[in-house]
Amino acid sequence: MIGFFDQIFVLLQHWIVSFLPAAWQSAAGVLLAVVAIICLFPALFALTTVFERKGIARIQNRLGPNRVGPYGLLQPIADGIKSLTKEDIVPMSADAAVHFLAPVVMVVAVFMGFAVLPMGRNMVLVDMDAGLLFYFAIGASAELAVFMAGWSSRNKYSLLGAMRAVAQMISYEVPLLLSGVTVVMITGSLSLTKIVAAQNHYSYGLPHWYIFTPWGCAGFLMYAIAATAESNRSPFDLPEGESELVAGYHTEYSGFKFALFFLGEYLAMFSISGLGTTLFLGGWSAPFSFLNWVPSWIWFFSKLMLSIFVFIWLRGTLPRLRQDQLMNFAWKFVLPMCLLNLFVAAAWRFMGDGWLRWVVCSAVLIAAYVTLGWSEMHRGKIGPRSYRYAE
Amino acid sequence: MSIVFYVLTTITVMGALAAMLLKNTVHCALALSVVFAGLAFLFMSLDAQYAGWAQVLVYIGAVAILVVFAILLTKGSETPKDGVFSRTWFVGLVIAAGVFAVLGWAVMGSMKALPQLTAVPQVTNLDIGNALVGRYVLPLEIVAVLLTAAMIGAVIVAIHEKEGQK
Repeated sequence: MIGFFDQIFVLLQHWIVSFLPAAWQSAAGVLLAVVAIICLFPALFALTTVFERKGIARIQNRLGPNRVGPYGLLQPIADGIKSLTKEDIVPMSADAAVHFLAPVVMVVAVFMGFAVLPMGRNMVLVDMDAGLLFYFAIGASAELAVFMAGWSSRNKYSLLGAMRAVAQMISYEVPLLLSGVTVVMITGSLSLTKIVAAQNHYSYGLPHWYIFTPWGCAGFLMYAIAATAESNRSPFDLPEGESELVAGYHTEYSGFKFALFFLGEYLAMFSISGLGTTLFLGGWSAPFSFLNWVPSWIWFFSKLMLSIFVFIWLRGTLPRLRQDQLMNFAWKFVLPMCLLNLFVAAAWRFMGDGWLRWVVCSAVLIAAYVTLGWSEMHRGKIGPRSYRYAE
Repeated sequence: MSIVFYVLTTITVMGALAAMLLKNTVHCALALSVVFAGLAFLFMSLDAQYAGWAQVLVYIGAVAILVVFAILLTKGSETPKDGVFSRTWFVGLVIAAGVFAVLGWAVMGSMKALPQLTAVPQVTNLDIGNALVGRYVLPLEIVAVLLTAAMIGAVIVAIHEKEGQK
Protein backbone atom coordinates (compact mmCIF):
# COMPACT_ATOMS: atom_id res chain seq x y z
CA MET A 1 0.00 0.00 0.00
CA ILE A 2 2.88 2.34 0.79
CA GLY A 3 4.42 1.71 -2.58
CA PHE A 4 1.07 2.16 -4.29
CA PHE A 5 0.54 5.73 -3.17
CA ASP A 6 4.19 6.52 -3.71
CA GLN A 7 4.02 5.36 -7.30
CA ILE A 8 0.39 6.31 -7.96
CA PHE A 9 1.18 8.73 -10.81
CA VAL A 10 3.66 6.36 -12.42
CA LEU A 11 1.11 3.52 -12.25
CA LEU A 12 -1.59 5.81 -13.62
CA GLN A 13 0.64 6.69 -16.54
CA HIS A 14 1.38 3.02 -17.26
CA TRP A 15 -2.32 2.18 -16.98
CA ILE A 16 -3.40 4.85 -19.47
CA VAL A 17 -0.59 4.01 -21.86
CA SER A 18 -1.43 0.30 -21.78
CA PHE A 19 -4.60 0.96 -23.81
CA LEU A 20 -2.53 2.09 -26.78
CA PRO A 21 -0.69 -0.06 -29.33
CA ALA A 22 2.83 -0.99 -28.30
CA ALA A 23 4.49 1.23 -30.90
CA TRP A 24 2.93 4.38 -29.46
CA GLN A 25 3.42 3.60 -25.80
CA SER A 26 6.72 5.31 -25.10
CA ALA A 27 5.75 8.47 -27.00
CA ALA A 28 2.36 8.55 -25.30
CA GLY A 29 3.98 8.12 -21.89
CA VAL A 30 6.22 11.13 -22.49
CA LEU A 31 3.31 13.14 -23.85
CA LEU A 32 1.24 12.31 -20.79
CA ALA A 33 4.03 13.41 -18.44
CA VAL A 34 4.48 16.66 -20.39
CA VAL A 35 0.74 17.37 -20.22
CA ALA A 36 0.83 16.68 -16.47
CA ILE A 37 3.67 19.17 -15.98
CA ILE A 38 1.98 21.78 -18.20
CA CYS A 39 -1.28 21.45 -16.24
CA LEU A 40 0.15 21.11 -12.75
CA PHE A 41 2.53 24.03 -12.54
CA PRO A 42 0.19 26.73 -13.90
CA ALA A 43 -2.38 25.46 -11.37
CA LEU A 44 0.24 25.80 -8.68
CA PHE A 45 0.96 29.28 -10.07
CA ALA A 46 -2.70 30.26 -9.65
CA LEU A 47 -2.64 28.97 -6.11
CA THR A 48 0.61 30.78 -5.36
CA THR A 49 -0.62 34.17 -6.60
CA VAL A 50 -3.47 34.20 -4.11
CA PHE A 51 -1.21 32.76 -1.40
CA GLU A 52 1.35 35.47 -2.07
CA ARG A 53 -1.16 38.31 -2.14
CA LYS A 54 -2.73 37.08 1.08
CA GLY A 55 0.65 36.59 2.71
CA ILE A 56 2.02 39.98 1.69
CA ALA A 57 -1.21 41.59 2.81
CA ARG A 58 -0.93 39.91 6.19
CA ILE A 59 2.66 41.14 6.55
CA GLN A 60 1.59 44.67 5.58
CA ASN A 61 -1.39 44.61 7.94
CA ARG A 62 -4.16 44.61 5.36
CA LEU A 63 -6.66 42.04 4.13
CA GLY A 64 -5.58 41.29 0.58
CA PRO A 65 -8.00 39.87 -2.01
CA ASN A 66 -11.33 39.21 -0.29
CA ARG A 67 -14.11 39.82 -2.81
CA VAL A 68 -14.01 36.88 -5.25
CA GLY A 69 -15.20 33.68 -3.63
CA PRO A 70 -14.69 32.70 0.01
CA TYR A 71 -11.74 34.64 1.47
CA GLY A 72 -10.86 35.76 -2.06
CA LEU A 73 -9.74 32.29 -3.01
CA LEU A 74 -11.21 32.48 -6.51
CA GLN A 75 -9.20 35.61 -7.31
CA PRO A 76 -6.81 33.79 -9.73
CA ILE A 77 -9.80 32.70 -11.87
CA ALA A 78 -10.96 36.30 -12.12
CA ASP A 79 -7.41 37.38 -12.96
CA GLY A 80 -7.16 34.69 -15.62
CA ILE A 81 -10.44 35.70 -17.29
CA LYS A 82 -9.38 39.34 -17.16
CA SER A 83 -6.03 38.73 -18.82
CA LEU A 84 -7.60 36.48 -21.48
CA THR A 85 -10.25 38.99 -22.45
CA LYS A 86 -8.13 42.13 -22.37
CA GLU A 87 -7.13 43.76 -25.62
CA ASP A 88 -3.68 42.75 -26.80
CA ILE A 89 -1.90 46.02 -27.56
CA VAL A 90 1.30 46.09 -29.57
CA PRO A 91 2.97 49.53 -29.69
CA MET A 92 3.10 51.01 -33.18
CA SER A 93 6.87 51.38 -33.18
CA ALA A 94 7.46 47.94 -31.67
CA ASP A 95 9.24 45.21 -33.53
CA ALA A 96 6.17 43.01 -34.01
CA ALA A 97 7.87 39.66 -34.62
CA VAL A 98 10.33 39.87 -31.73
CA HIS A 99 7.66 41.42 -29.50
CA PHE A 100 5.47 38.38 -30.16
CA LEU A 101 8.26 35.82 -29.78
CA ALA A 102 9.64 37.06 -26.45
CA PRO A 103 6.91 35.71 -24.11
CA VAL A 104 6.80 32.47 -26.09
CA VAL A 105 10.54 31.90 -25.76
CA MET A 106 10.35 32.79 -22.08
CA VAL A 107 7.60 30.31 -21.22
CA VAL A 108 9.05 27.52 -23.37
CA ALA A 109 12.49 27.93 -21.82
CA VAL A 110 11.09 27.94 -18.30
CA PHE A 111 8.88 24.90 -18.88
CA MET A 112 11.80 22.91 -20.26
CA GLY A 113 13.58 23.24 -16.93
CA PHE A 114 10.98 20.99 -15.29
CA ALA A 115 11.92 18.14 -17.61
CA VAL A 116 14.89 17.05 -15.53
CA LEU A 117 13.59 17.68 -12.00
CA PRO A 118 12.88 14.43 -10.12
CA MET A 119 9.52 15.14 -8.49
CA GLY A 120 9.22 11.82 -6.74
CA ARG A 121 10.57 8.30 -6.78
CA ASN A 122 10.74 7.33 -10.51
CA MET A 123 8.99 10.58 -11.35
CA VAL A 124 11.29 12.38 -13.73
CA LEU A 125 10.44 13.19 -17.32
CA VAL A 126 13.92 12.82 -18.79
CA ASP A 127 16.56 11.14 -16.66
CA MET A 128 19.37 12.94 -18.40
CA ASP A 129 23.00 12.16 -17.69
CA ALA A 130 23.81 15.88 -17.87
CA GLY A 131 20.62 17.02 -16.12
CA LEU A 132 22.16 19.86 -14.13
CA LEU A 133 23.95 21.21 -17.19
CA PHE A 134 20.69 21.03 -19.13
CA TYR A 135 18.91 22.98 -16.43
CA PHE A 136 21.47 25.78 -16.35
CA ALA A 137 21.67 25.92 -20.16
CA ILE A 138 17.89 26.32 -20.43
CA GLY A 139 17.89 28.89 -17.64
CA ALA A 140 20.49 30.90 -19.51
CA SER A 141 18.33 31.08 -22.63
CA ALA A 142 15.53 32.73 -20.66
CA GLU A 143 17.79 35.80 -20.45
CA LEU A 144 17.57 36.20 -24.19
CA ALA A 145 13.77 36.28 -23.95
CA VAL A 146 13.98 39.08 -21.40
CA PHE A 147 16.24 41.05 -23.69
CA MET A 148 13.96 40.42 -26.68
CA ALA A 149 10.97 41.72 -24.74
CA GLY A 150 12.75 44.85 -23.58
CA TRP A 151 14.35 45.71 -26.87
CA SER A 152 11.41 45.03 -29.16
CA SER A 153 9.05 47.24 -27.14
CA ARG A 154 10.90 50.43 -28.20
CA ASN A 155 10.32 51.94 -24.81
CA LYS A 156 13.04 53.39 -22.62
CA TYR A 157 11.64 51.82 -19.47
CA SER A 158 11.40 48.43 -21.14
CA LEU A 159 14.94 48.62 -22.44
CA LEU A 160 16.37 49.84 -19.13
CA GLY A 161 14.51 47.11 -17.28
CA ALA A 162 15.73 44.48 -19.70
CA MET A 163 19.34 45.64 -19.45
CA ARG A 164 19.12 45.59 -15.67
CA ALA A 165 17.51 42.16 -15.71
CA VAL A 166 20.07 40.68 -18.07
CA ALA A 167 23.02 42.19 -16.18
CA GLN A 168 21.61 40.90 -12.90
CA MET A 169 20.85 37.44 -14.25
CA ILE A 170 24.34 37.08 -15.74
CA SER A 171 25.99 38.28 -12.52
CA TYR A 172 24.07 35.90 -10.31
CA GLU A 173 24.28 32.97 -12.68
CA VAL A 174 27.94 32.58 -11.76
CA PRO A 175 27.33 31.96 -8.02
CA LEU A 176 24.30 29.83 -8.90
CA LEU A 177 26.46 27.57 -11.04
CA LEU A 178 29.33 27.54 -8.56
CA SER A 179 27.11 26.52 -5.65
CA GLY A 180 25.70 23.77 -7.83
CA VAL A 181 29.21 22.65 -8.74
CA THR A 182 29.99 21.78 -5.10
CA VAL A 183 27.13 19.26 -5.14
CA VAL A 184 28.45 17.79 -8.39
CA MET A 185 31.93 17.51 -6.84
CA ILE A 186 30.65 15.52 -3.89
CA THR A 187 28.16 13.36 -5.78
CA GLY A 188 30.36 12.80 -8.80
CA SER A 189 27.46 13.09 -11.21
CA LEU A 190 25.54 15.72 -13.14
CA SER A 191 22.41 13.61 -13.11
CA LEU A 192 19.76 15.00 -10.77
CA THR A 193 18.33 11.57 -9.98
CA LYS A 194 21.77 10.42 -8.84
CA ILE A 195 22.15 13.55 -6.74
CA VAL A 196 18.88 12.77 -4.96
CA ALA A 197 19.81 9.10 -4.57
CA ALA A 198 23.13 10.12 -2.97
CA GLN A 199 21.25 12.08 -0.29
CA ASN A 200 18.54 9.49 0.27
CA HIS A 201 19.98 7.42 3.09
CA TYR A 202 19.75 7.79 6.82
CA SER A 203 21.85 7.32 9.91
CA TYR A 204 20.16 7.36 13.34
CA GLY A 205 16.93 8.19 11.50
CA LEU A 206 18.34 11.46 10.22
CA PRO A 207 18.84 12.10 6.50
CA HIS A 208 22.14 12.72 4.70
CA TRP A 209 20.93 15.86 2.96
CA TYR A 210 23.67 18.11 1.71
CA ILE A 211 22.33 21.09 3.64
CA PHE A 212 23.37 19.31 6.87
CA THR A 213 27.07 19.45 5.93
CA PRO A 214 29.19 22.60 6.37
CA TRP A 215 29.81 23.11 2.65
CA GLY A 216 26.22 22.25 1.85
CA CYS A 217 24.86 24.76 4.33
CA ALA A 218 27.06 27.56 2.98
CA GLY A 219 26.32 26.45 -0.57
CA PHE A 220 22.59 26.45 0.04
CA LEU A 221 22.77 29.95 1.47
CA MET A 222 24.59 31.20 -1.63
CA TYR A 223 22.23 29.23 -3.86
CA ALA A 224 19.22 30.79 -2.19
CA ILE A 225 20.60 34.32 -2.65
CA ALA A 226 21.51 33.68 -6.28
CA ALA A 227 18.18 31.99 -6.97
CA THR A 228 16.25 34.94 -5.55
CA ALA A 229 18.22 37.28 -7.77
CA GLU A 230 17.93 34.95 -10.76
CA SER A 231 14.15 34.88 -10.53
CA ASN A 232 14.06 38.70 -10.17
CA ARG A 233 12.28 38.53 -6.85
CA SER A 234 12.38 41.12 -4.12
CA PRO A 235 14.86 42.29 -2.70
CA PHE A 236 16.48 41.87 -6.12
CA ASP A 237 13.51 43.12 -8.15
CA LEU A 238 15.27 46.14 -9.63
CA PRO A 239 14.48 45.10 -13.21
CA GLU A 240 10.84 45.85 -12.51
CA GLY A 241 11.28 48.53 -9.88
CA GLU A 242 7.83 50.11 -10.07
CA SER A 243 8.94 53.43 -8.67
CA GLU A 244 11.44 54.09 -11.42
CA LEU A 245 10.74 51.80 -14.38
CA VAL A 246 6.92 51.40 -14.50
CA ALA A 247 7.22 47.61 -14.82
CA GLY A 248 10.55 46.89 -16.45
CA TYR A 249 10.85 44.77 -19.54
CA HIS A 250 7.17 43.88 -19.75
CA THR A 251 5.88 47.47 -19.58
CA GLU A 252 4.54 47.33 -23.14
CA TYR A 253 2.82 43.97 -22.80
CA SER A 254 -0.86 43.62 -22.12
CA GLY A 255 -3.49 40.94 -21.98
CA PHE A 256 -2.37 37.39 -22.35
CA LYS A 257 1.23 38.15 -23.29
CA PHE A 258 1.66 39.92 -19.97
CA ALA A 259 0.06 36.92 -18.28
CA LEU A 260 2.61 34.71 -20.00
CA PHE A 261 5.46 36.77 -18.59
CA PHE A 262 3.88 36.64 -15.16
CA LEU A 263 3.48 32.89 -15.51
CA GLY A 264 7.06 32.57 -16.71
CA GLU A 265 8.37 34.42 -13.68
CA TYR A 266 6.48 32.25 -11.22
CA LEU A 267 7.37 29.07 -13.07
CA ALA A 268 11.01 30.09 -12.97
CA MET A 269 10.63 30.53 -9.23
CA PHE A 270 9.08 27.05 -8.91
CA SER A 271 11.72 25.37 -11.00
CA ILE A 272 14.62 27.09 -9.26
CA SER A 273 13.12 26.12 -5.89
CA GLY A 274 12.73 22.60 -7.19
CA LEU A 275 16.36 22.53 -8.24
CA GLY A 276 17.46 23.87 -4.85
CA THR A 277 15.35 21.18 -3.19
CA THR A 278 16.95 18.55 -5.38
CA LEU A 279 20.49 19.75 -4.87
CA PHE A 280 20.54 20.53 -1.16
CA LEU A 281 17.31 19.45 0.53
CA GLY A 282 17.31 15.83 -0.53
CA GLY A 283 14.76 16.10 -3.34
CA TRP A 284 11.85 13.76 -2.70
CA SER A 285 13.37 11.99 0.34
CA ALA A 286 11.64 12.21 3.70
CA PRO A 287 13.17 14.34 6.50
CA PHE A 288 13.16 11.40 8.97
CA SER A 289 13.46 7.73 8.19
CA PHE A 290 10.25 6.91 10.08
CA LEU A 291 8.36 9.23 7.71
CA ASN A 292 9.30 7.18 4.67
CA TRP A 293 5.75 5.88 4.35
CA VAL A 294 4.56 9.30 3.14
CA PRO A 295 4.63 9.35 -0.68
CA SER A 296 7.81 10.85 -2.10
CA TRP A 297 6.05 13.42 -4.30
CA ILE A 298 4.38 14.91 -1.23
CA TRP A 299 7.83 15.63 0.20
CA PHE A 300 9.06 17.20 -3.02
CA PHE A 301 6.09 19.52 -3.29
CA SER A 302 6.12 20.35 0.45
CA LYS A 303 9.75 21.43 0.17
CA LEU A 304 8.90 23.38 -2.98
CA MET A 305 6.05 25.21 -1.28
CA LEU A 306 8.21 25.88 1.76
CA SER A 307 10.75 27.57 -0.51
CA ILE A 308 7.95 29.58 -2.14
CA PHE A 309 6.82 30.65 1.32
CA VAL A 310 10.35 31.85 2.10
CA PHE A 311 10.37 33.80 -1.18
CA ILE A 312 7.09 35.50 -0.21
CA TRP A 313 8.32 36.15 3.31
CA LEU A 314 11.50 37.78 1.98
CA ARG A 315 9.46 39.92 -0.40
CA GLY A 316 7.36 41.19 2.48
CA THR A 317 10.37 41.84 4.71
CA LEU A 318 13.32 43.26 2.80
CA PRO A 319 13.62 46.59 0.98
CA ARG A 320 14.87 46.69 -2.58
CA LEU A 321 18.60 46.96 -3.23
CA ARG A 322 20.28 49.73 -5.24
CA GLN A 323 21.93 48.80 -8.54
CA ASP A 324 25.51 49.28 -7.27
CA GLN A 325 24.72 47.35 -4.07
CA LEU A 326 23.34 44.56 -6.22
CA MET A 327 26.47 44.26 -8.31
CA ASN A 328 28.85 44.69 -5.37
CA PHE A 329 26.98 42.02 -3.47
CA ALA A 330 27.22 39.59 -6.36
CA TRP A 331 30.85 40.06 -7.28
CA LYS A 332 32.43 41.02 -3.96
CA PHE A 333 30.57 38.81 -1.50
CA VAL A 334 28.63 35.95 -3.08
CA LEU A 335 31.21 35.00 -5.69
CA PRO A 336 34.25 34.86 -3.32
CA MET A 337 32.22 32.90 -0.81
CA CYS A 338 31.21 30.43 -3.52
CA LEU A 339 34.85 30.03 -4.55
CA LEU A 340 35.85 29.43 -0.93
CA ASN A 341 33.06 26.89 -0.70
CA LEU A 342 34.53 25.03 -3.67
CA PHE A 343 37.78 24.58 -1.74
CA VAL A 344 35.90 23.50 1.36
CA ALA A 345 33.91 20.96 -0.64
CA ALA A 346 37.12 19.62 -2.17
CA ALA A 347 38.64 19.27 1.31
CA TRP A 348 35.49 17.50 2.48
CA ARG A 349 35.71 15.12 -0.44
CA PHE A 350 39.33 14.16 0.14
CA MET A 351 39.50 14.07 3.95
CA GLY A 352 37.48 10.87 4.12
CA ASP A 353 34.95 9.92 6.78
CA GLY A 354 35.40 11.00 10.36
CA TRP A 355 34.92 13.96 12.64
CA LEU A 356 38.04 15.83 11.47
CA ARG A 357 36.51 17.00 8.20
CA TRP A 358 33.50 18.37 10.08
CA VAL A 359 35.78 20.42 12.33
CA VAL A 360 38.07 21.69 9.58
CA CYS A 361 35.33 22.55 7.07
CA SER A 362 33.09 24.23 9.64
CA ALA A 363 36.04 26.16 11.10
CA VAL A 364 37.12 27.51 7.70
CA LEU A 365 33.61 28.60 6.75
CA ILE A 366 32.70 30.09 10.12
CA ALA A 367 36.04 31.93 10.29
CA ALA A 368 35.51 33.38 6.80
CA TYR A 369 31.94 34.52 7.44
CA VAL A 370 32.66 35.90 10.91
CA THR A 371 35.79 37.78 9.76
CA LEU A 372 33.96 39.25 6.82
CA GLY A 373 30.97 40.23 8.88
CA TRP A 374 33.13 41.75 11.61
CA SER A 375 35.25 43.78 9.19
CA GLU A 376 32.17 45.04 7.36
CA MET A 377 30.62 46.11 10.65
CA HIS A 378 33.76 48.02 11.68
CA ARG A 379 34.38 49.84 8.44
CA GLY A 380 32.53 52.79 9.88
CA LYS A 381 30.48 53.30 6.77
CA ILE A 382 27.19 52.77 8.48
CA GLY A 383 25.59 56.14 9.03
CA PRO A 384 23.28 58.63 7.38
CA ARG A 385 22.93 57.97 3.69
CA SER A 386 24.95 60.26 1.47
CA TYR A 387 23.66 61.27 -1.93
CA ARG A 388 26.62 61.32 -4.26
CA TYR A 389 24.74 62.31 -7.40
CA ALA A 390 21.68 64.15 -6.18
CA GLU A 391 23.06 66.76 -3.80
CA MET B 1 21.27 11.10 -42.25
CA SER B 2 17.80 11.22 -40.79
CA ILE B 3 15.05 13.75 -41.26
CA VAL B 4 16.11 15.37 -37.96
CA PHE B 5 19.50 16.15 -39.46
CA TYR B 6 17.95 17.86 -42.47
CA VAL B 7 15.56 19.90 -40.36
CA LEU B 8 18.38 21.02 -38.05
CA THR B 9 20.75 21.88 -40.87
CA THR B 10 18.02 23.84 -42.63
CA ILE B 11 17.32 25.84 -39.47
CA THR B 12 21.02 26.43 -38.86
CA VAL B 13 21.78 27.51 -42.43
CA MET B 14 18.71 29.73 -42.60
CA GLY B 15 19.73 31.32 -39.31
CA ALA B 16 23.23 31.92 -40.59
CA LEU B 17 21.91 33.49 -43.79
CA ALA B 18 19.53 35.67 -41.77
CA ALA B 19 22.39 36.72 -39.50
CA MET B 20 24.27 37.97 -42.55
CA LEU B 21 21.46 39.41 -44.62
CA LEU B 22 19.12 41.10 -42.15
CA LYS B 23 19.36 44.89 -42.00
CA ASN B 24 18.81 45.40 -38.28
CA THR B 25 21.86 44.51 -36.20
CA VAL B 26 19.87 43.19 -33.25
CA HIS B 27 17.88 40.93 -35.57
CA CYS B 28 21.22 39.62 -36.86
CA ALA B 29 22.30 38.87 -33.30
CA LEU B 30 19.05 37.04 -32.57
CA ALA B 31 19.39 35.06 -35.81
CA LEU B 32 22.90 34.17 -34.70
CA SER B 33 21.51 32.69 -31.50
CA VAL B 34 19.22 30.54 -33.66
CA VAL B 35 22.39 29.28 -35.36
CA PHE B 36 23.92 28.49 -31.96
CA ALA B 37 20.79 26.58 -30.95
CA GLY B 38 20.81 24.68 -34.24
CA LEU B 39 24.45 23.71 -33.73
CA ALA B 40 23.70 22.60 -30.17
CA PHE B 41 20.89 20.36 -31.36
CA LEU B 42 23.15 18.97 -34.08
CA PHE B 43 25.63 18.00 -31.35
CA MET B 44 22.80 16.36 -29.44
CA SER B 45 21.58 14.45 -32.48
CA LEU B 46 25.11 13.03 -32.61
CA ASP B 47 24.71 11.83 -28.99
CA ALA B 48 27.12 14.47 -27.72
CA GLN B 49 24.85 15.66 -24.91
CA TYR B 50 27.55 17.42 -22.93
CA ALA B 51 28.88 19.39 -25.89
CA GLY B 52 25.34 20.30 -26.92
CA TRP B 53 24.23 21.70 -23.59
CA ALA B 54 27.57 23.39 -23.01
CA GLN B 55 27.04 25.05 -26.40
CA VAL B 56 23.63 26.34 -25.28
CA LEU B 57 24.98 27.50 -21.92
CA VAL B 58 28.00 29.31 -23.30
CA TYR B 59 26.83 30.55 -26.68
CA ILE B 60 23.17 31.38 -26.10
CA GLY B 61 23.53 32.20 -22.42
CA ALA B 62 26.70 34.26 -22.62
CA VAL B 63 27.99 35.00 -26.12
CA ALA B 64 24.64 36.00 -27.63
CA ILE B 65 23.96 38.25 -24.63
CA LEU B 66 27.44 39.73 -24.94
CA VAL B 67 26.91 40.44 -28.64
CA VAL B 68 23.58 42.09 -27.92
CA PHE B 69 25.08 44.19 -25.11
CA ALA B 70 27.94 45.24 -27.37
CA ILE B 71 25.50 46.32 -30.07
CA LEU B 72 23.29 48.30 -27.71
CA LEU B 73 26.10 49.92 -25.73
CA THR B 74 28.11 51.07 -28.74
CA LYS B 75 26.41 52.28 -31.88
CA GLY B 76 22.80 51.58 -31.11
CA SER B 77 20.59 49.19 -32.96
CA GLU B 78 19.39 51.63 -35.62
CA THR B 79 20.23 50.71 -39.17
CA PRO B 80 22.79 53.04 -40.76
CA LYS B 81 21.50 54.99 -43.73
CA ASP B 82 24.33 54.07 -46.07
CA GLY B 83 23.50 50.36 -45.88
CA VAL B 84 24.99 47.59 -43.83
CA PHE B 85 27.02 45.98 -46.57
CA SER B 86 30.71 46.71 -46.66
CA ARG B 87 32.23 48.03 -49.88
CA THR B 88 35.13 45.60 -49.55
CA TRP B 89 32.82 42.58 -49.71
CA PHE B 90 35.07 40.93 -52.25
CA VAL B 91 37.97 40.71 -49.77
CA GLY B 92 35.60 39.28 -47.19
CA LEU B 93 34.44 36.66 -49.67
CA VAL B 94 38.05 35.63 -50.41
CA ILE B 95 38.85 35.33 -46.67
CA ALA B 96 35.68 33.36 -46.01
CA ALA B 97 36.44 31.01 -48.89
CA GLY B 98 39.98 30.58 -47.58
CA VAL B 99 38.83 29.74 -44.06
CA PHE B 100 36.24 27.35 -45.44
CA ALA B 101 38.85 25.63 -47.60
CA VAL B 102 41.23 25.17 -44.65
CA LEU B 103 38.47 23.80 -42.42
CA GLY B 104 37.20 21.51 -45.15
CA TRP B 105 40.73 20.26 -45.78
CA ALA B 106 41.22 19.54 -42.07
CA VAL B 107 37.89 17.70 -41.79
CA MET B 108 38.61 15.63 -44.89
CA GLY B 109 42.08 14.83 -43.55
CA SER B 110 40.65 13.64 -40.23
CA MET B 111 38.46 11.12 -42.02
CA LYS B 112 41.58 9.48 -43.42
CA ALA B 113 43.57 9.73 -40.21
CA LEU B 114 40.97 7.97 -38.10
CA PRO B 115 40.28 4.29 -38.65
CA GLN B 116 36.81 3.59 -39.95
CA LEU B 117 34.65 3.43 -36.86
CA THR B 118 31.98 0.80 -37.08
CA ALA B 119 30.46 1.05 -33.62
CA VAL B 120 29.29 4.32 -32.11
CA PRO B 121 31.70 5.15 -29.26
CA GLN B 122 30.03 5.37 -25.86
CA VAL B 123 31.24 8.50 -24.09
CA THR B 124 29.60 9.45 -20.82
CA ASN B 125 29.91 12.70 -18.93
CA LEU B 126 32.05 10.85 -16.41
CA ASP B 127 34.55 9.99 -19.17
CA ILE B 128 34.67 13.60 -20.32
CA GLY B 129 35.23 14.76 -16.75
CA ASN B 130 37.96 12.20 -16.12
CA ALA B 131 39.68 13.12 -19.37
CA LEU B 132 39.53 16.83 -18.56
CA VAL B 133 41.11 16.53 -15.12
CA GLY B 134 43.31 13.57 -16.06
CA ARG B 135 44.92 13.44 -19.45
CA TYR B 136 44.04 16.98 -20.59
CA VAL B 137 44.60 18.75 -17.26
CA LEU B 138 47.41 20.95 -18.61
CA PRO B 139 45.42 22.48 -21.49
CA LEU B 140 42.54 22.99 -19.06
CA GLU B 141 44.76 24.79 -16.58
CA ILE B 142 46.30 26.94 -19.31
CA VAL B 143 42.85 27.97 -20.52
CA ALA B 144 41.85 28.71 -16.92
CA VAL B 145 44.92 30.91 -16.38
CA LEU B 146 44.28 32.68 -19.67
CA LEU B 147 40.66 33.41 -18.77
CA THR B 148 41.60 34.59 -15.28
CA ALA B 149 44.23 36.90 -16.76
CA ALA B 150 41.67 38.25 -19.21
CA MET B 151 39.19 38.87 -16.40
CA ILE B 152 41.75 40.64 -14.21
CA GLY B 153 42.77 42.68 -17.23
CA ALA B 154 39.19 43.71 -17.84
CA VAL B 155 38.84 44.78 -14.21
CA ILE B 156 42.04 46.82 -14.42
CA VAL B 157 40.87 48.53 -17.61
CA ALA B 158 37.57 49.39 -15.94
CA ILE B 159 39.28 50.77 -12.79
CA HIS B 160 41.62 52.94 -14.85
CA GLU B 161 38.77 54.52 -16.75
CA LYS B 162 36.94 55.33 -13.53
CA GLU B 163 39.94 57.08 -12.01
CA GLY B 164 40.45 59.10 -15.18
CA GLN B 165 36.97 60.51 -14.90
CA LYS B 166 37.48 61.99 -11.43
